[in-house]
Amino acid sequence: MIPGYGGSVLRINLSDGKVTKEPTPEEMIRDYIGARGFIIYTLYKELTPGIDPLGPEAKFITSTGPLTGLFVPSSGKIQSGGKSPLTGGYGESNSGGHFPEELKMAGYDMLILEGQHDKPCYIVVDDDDVRIEDAKEIWGKGSITTEEILKKNLGEDFQIMTIGPAGENLVKIACITHDFGRQAGRTGLGTILGSKKVKAICIRGTKTIPVHDVDGLMKVGKRMYQQCFTNAAFELWQTYGTAAVTNWANRIGSFPTRNFQSGYFELFTNLSGPRMREEIVVNNKACFACAMCCGKYSHTKTKDYDVYVEGPEYETTAMIGGNCALGNIKDVAYANYLCDEYGIDTISGGSIIGFAIECFEKGIITTKDTGGLELKFGEAKCVFEMIKKIALKEDIGAVLAEGSRHAAGIFGGGSEKFAMQVKGLEQSGYETRRSPAMLLSYMTSDIGAHHRPSWAVTHDLQSGRDHARDKAWKVKELQHTRPLFDTLGVCRLPWIEMQVPVSDYCEAYRMATGIERTEEELITISEKIWNLTRMFWIREFPDFGRADDIPPARIWEDKLKGGPTDGGVLSREIVDALLDDYYKERGWSKDGRPTPEKLKELGLDWVIKDLT
Amino acid sequence: MIIGRDESRCTGCKICQLICALHHFKEHNPKKAALGITGEFPVPGKYKISLCTQCEKCIPVCPTEAISKQGDAIKIDPEKCTYCLICVDECPFNAIFVHRDFKVPFICDLCGECVEMCPTKALYWEQ
Repeated sequence: MIPGYGGSVLRINLSDGKVTKEPTPEEMIRDYIGARGFIIYTLYKELTPGIDPLGPEAKFITSTGPLTGLFVPSSGKIQSGGKSPLTGGYGESNSGGHFPEELKMAGYDMLILEGQHDKPCYIVVDDDDVRIEDAKEIWGKGSITTEEILKKNLGEDFQIMTIGPAGENLVKIACITHDFGRQAGRTGLGTILGSKKVKAICIRGTKTIPVHDVDGLMKVGKRMYQQCFTNAAFELWQTYGTAAVTNWANRIGSFPTRNFQSGYFELFTNLSGPRMREEIVVNNKACFACAMCCGKYSHTKTKDYDVYVEGPEYETTAMIGGNCALGNIKDVAYANYLCDEYGIDTISGGSIIGFAIECFEKGIITTKDTGGLELKFGEAKCVFEMIKKIALKEDIGAVLAEGSRHAAGIFGGGSEKFAMQVKGLEQSGYETRRSPAMLLSYMTSDIGAHHRPSWAVTHDLQSGRDHARDKAWKVKELQHTRPLFDTLGVCRLPWIEMQVPVSDYCEAYRMATGIERTEEELITISEKIWNLTRMFWIREFPDFGRADDIPPARIWEDKLKGGPTDGGVLSREIVDALLDDYYKERGWSKDGRPTPEKLKELGLDWVIKDLT
Repeated sequence: MIIGRDESRCTGCKICQLICALHHFKEHNPKKAALGITGEFPVPGKYKISLCTQCEKCIPVCPTEAISKQGDAIKIDPEKCTYCLICVDECPFNAIFVHRDFKVPFICDLCGECVEMCPTKALYWEQ
């Protein structure tokens, strides 16, 4: 057995209740490292193209990496994935908390759910003991409430993933919640659990994670932590977390506002990190082994509501705050709570609600569609109502629950232009008409318009905000380095924010596993994984390519209104030039498809057949 | 000297538990730590820290006199311990721990590794 890993793959077939445990294949460990790599490799090998992502043939996988749970900064990370019910393509989401180390300490590198249960259930994994329990008592309850009930029943030391009513109702932007506010939010993975009638996954692990060289890992681990402790931004990060970004994003005109009509929200100081800290934060909350504690636990209270919620973190503030124009941090936090409890991704949720409000203001939809509700930017009660309507599929919520791409297809009236999504996944919290490398990041991200694989706003500030030159190489580099952290099973933020060098992660990987690999070799594996996710899309959609990387026409047709990026727009020529450079950089065809030569070079000969 | 705790600063990161188990057992297993972190969620959203306060209440309850104070810290003599776990039940701070891999319970020996590694100074030296 290779050290650094839990050692086994746990597979649960919900149709017949069969539980199997197999040793984690050594070949997969060597070729795909872990977490993100394991997920795409397994999905590619095991899924038949064209299956219904909500049918019994679909699979849900959650997986840790070789550094998860170890003495390395922020090692409490896990990757979950499946064929996305929202996009129809490759779906994955990264989340933190305390489930990751618990899964590994129970001895598992991957948990695979297949089939479909005939009635609501929840899964309990207590080290080697695995059972499927009746979820009659918790089905229909909110995500947070469900976690609270299960912790009371099973014990505080169980770590739990749950879905809310949105996941049960097969709303396609349903998320998975863990640790009272940590989400695997993107691509509708909560919907897959809902389709399998799995309300929750509860896990407790007590085993020691084996490592190759404990003393060596402690030495490099201490060095990495010291780098965090002594970094000038350490205290700032601990104090505000990702909310530190809110003021900055507005000052550079990159804050999505009123469904991306502007890059500047005039009330942004009401949503800032300091204001949030002053008004609602009660405690700092960290994922496992993380010194930076970006989680902010809040108590938001007015005459209308009184709840506790983790957050809002930057993305939620951007997409519910700016994008729906809510200028009060308490309202944003309450909307965050509603999304969490109902089980909706705050990014897609905020984007879709902003989209619906703009449709309403333009007369594309009316009160006849909304059950009498007037939709208006800046109206908190309207946002609260819309979250419930989407989660429960009431009125127009039933259409919006399918995602903004689908909704625009139904609404028509030119709304496709401002449904802010790529490949069916709603764009996350950065306006891009003065950020071409960030736009390219969204266009080419392997799950749709998400910032995790590449975040390039600062590169645009340094290299120019209104042209396509000098962007593609950086996006490619980021798309290999950032997902490497999702493959190793750790958070990328100590690298980004505390400047812990990638070389330290390579050394930690070596100490954990005993496998000798240079930084360059690890990055090459990350490139292989990137190409495999692209091939997943191509296998699902034979014509997949360039057209699927094109963003909504708002980018070149509508100028930004107000703030530092007032008048900003990127022409269609720039959009095309970005893609030309990018495909060339990647060694792909002009249509955005990996070439047989490229696949061969990366050791992906076995998927070349799927190009035709 | 004891290790003091300020629960209002605890973020639940469990680095203290991780380093404790590594230092004492050379194992990546926070379940083998001589201190406990318990979340209280969703309300009030805080963490409780269970850690020996050197109150010495465990010493007289041990039927085999296996527990004694040596220097600043409480020690459990594995030769004398009969694994009855009365000390675990009687500890008013839930600060004596067990794990199925060990027969003898374990308790903080004031090594200070957790103090060194706590990123928010929720753990600190106190006279």
